[in-house]
Amino acid sequence: MSALLEVSALSKRFGGVQAVADLSFTVGKGEILALIGPNGAGKSTVFDLINGVFPPDSGRIVFEGADITGKPTYEVAHHGIARAHQIVQPLAGLSVLDNCLVGACYGHDNLSLAAGREVVREVAALVGLADRLAMPAGQLTTAGKKRLELARALCGRPRLLLLDEVLAGLNPTEIERMIEVIRAIRARGVSILIIEHVMRAIMSLSDRVVALNLGRNLAEGSPPEIANHPAVIEAYLGDPKLMTMSGAQPS
Amino acid sequence: MTVSADIGQQDLSRKDMGHEPAPEIAAPRRVFPALIVLLGALFALVPYWGDDVGLRESFLLAAVYITLASNLNIMIGYAGYINFGNIVFFGLGGYICVDLVTRWHWPLVAAGLMAGATVSLLALVFGAGILRLRGAFFALATIGVNEAVRQFVANFEPWGGATGIYLSFDAYEPLGGPMSALWLVYFLLVGVMVLSLLLSYAIKTSKFGLGLLAIGQNEDAAGVLGVRTPLHKALAYSASAFFPAVAGGLFFFKSGIIEPNGAFDLTLSIEAIVMIMLGGYGTVTGPLLGAFLYEELRGYLLTSPTISQLQLVIAGALLLAMVLFAPGGLVGFIHQRWPRSRTILQ
Repeated sequence: MSALLEVSALSKRFGGVQAVADLSFTVGKGEILALIGPNGAGKSTVFDLINGVFPPDSGRIVFEGADITGKPTYEVAHHGIARAHQIVQPLAGLSVLDNCLVGACYGHDNLSLAAGREVVREVAALVGLADRLAMPAGQLTTAGKKRLELARALCGRPRLLLLDEVLAGLNPTEIERMIEVIRAIRARGVSILIIEHVMRAIMSLSDRVVALNLGRNLAEGSPPEIANHPAVIEAYLGDPKLMTMSGAQPS
Repeated sequence: MTVSADIGQQDLSRKDMGHEPAPEIAAPRRVFPALIVLLGALFALVPYWGDDVGLRESFLLAAVYITLASNLNIMIGYAGYINFGNIVFFGLGGYICVDLVTRWHWPLVAAGLMAGATVSLLALVFGAGILRLRGAFFALATIGVNEAVRQFVANFEPWGGATGIYLSFDAYEPLGGPMSALWLVYFLLVGVMVLSLLLSYAIKTSKFGLGLLAIGQNEDAAGVLGVRTPLHKALAYSASAFFPAVAGGLFFFKSGIIEPNGAFDLTLSIEAIVMIMLGGYGTVTGPLLGAFLYEELRGYLLTSPTISQLQLVIAGALLLAMVLFAPGGLVGFIHQRWPRSRTILQ
């Protein structure tokens, strides 16, 4: 599996907080790579850096052989990286159709309005928004807005999809369906970098997992490896030995 | 594909109900541009057939207002950037055109087009700079640009400094004397108005317009989706400068005098915003309706002996009422009442 995205020695500091420190990883073609870590581990910052929301202090981001480090957001989008935000960002006053159309027409393929509409129809059917295209995006439910984030990103026909907690706030049935949708997206040859707290989803979806803590690469491996990795357990729950000790104490 | 539309239908449609089923999304209808041209023809011909000079003057001002409001709407209504100093385009266009006609003896139409092109180019250069600012900071910067240009012109001797430029009657001779020149300028201004409205419609229904609307909703999200935001904003700013500059050229040519305070009048800038809010921002028809009604109302108020001093007070009250009770303006209100009107009334 050759590398689609290569992140090397990435660092970003906000004032006194080292949000990302010397982080390196790669995403292979057709791979689903999960980024996990406790709150504040720097996961969304990594997305912002890849996405070009702000430039890194040091390090390089190479996508399909092209250096995209510090490029503005729209250029990153043209390279074929699309993102679904953790905090939904609908263009609230525009219809669902127009929201998706922005993604389709300004994304990787730079489509015309007419060609964009075709893509939107197809993606809306896949994501389950086909019956709500004429609705103003602001009127969608939370789950609907999450879907819109995904649909909009997908309409740009990306090579790499950045999914930032698209399952958060959904109920178990909705999560189940969303996982199906993500699988279907991967089946179309789109690589996915996903941030998620829902471990069930991580376990069933991802090929590989990178665990972060305090902006650093804590561990990397297959989902079961990571789930049983002592350092990961420590980062989430504290020292495992301490836990067994306290568990062993008679109450 | 096994995963299809049914994913969403069960869990999502419950709460999202209450709206009518999505109508088939058709390409925008082509009747609208025809309506605009028809309106322009009416505008031009009604005073001409009736040989009504008073009506012509009233409609001429309305055409200027509609031009200003419609082009300003490209920035405010589409891109979401409030340009308080939009009148700088009008004034600068006026100066350039009048200067070309009086000193260099250019024909009026060529001078008007040159004024439009020059101001549009200047706007592109300035826009690239001040459009880095957002929200209130951008709005303030636009006032700054207007005031700076006003001060510059007031001290610019080739343009007559604070006294401005007067046109002699000779200037109207190539157009067959003042009488026919007034009619000709009127027709040209109506033409500029129609073209402004067509430009607004063309932008709104284009991919470029979609990008602008996205910026107006959420600039950061638009960027992430791939909209080249700096370029879009600068082009919109530049495009919105062209016809106001041409209109300024024609208007001040007709007035026979141009001086800094009249050309760069911030009040008219703000009135243009009121017109947009009154009619409905972000629509093509809104600024047209708003500007026309505002002009008629203003004409009535100015000539009414009891309240002639209160024109701006009433404009302010009107704006307040609109923002509070019908934030979408007249067209927004119509769209809300009769959703089907959306397809026809752009």
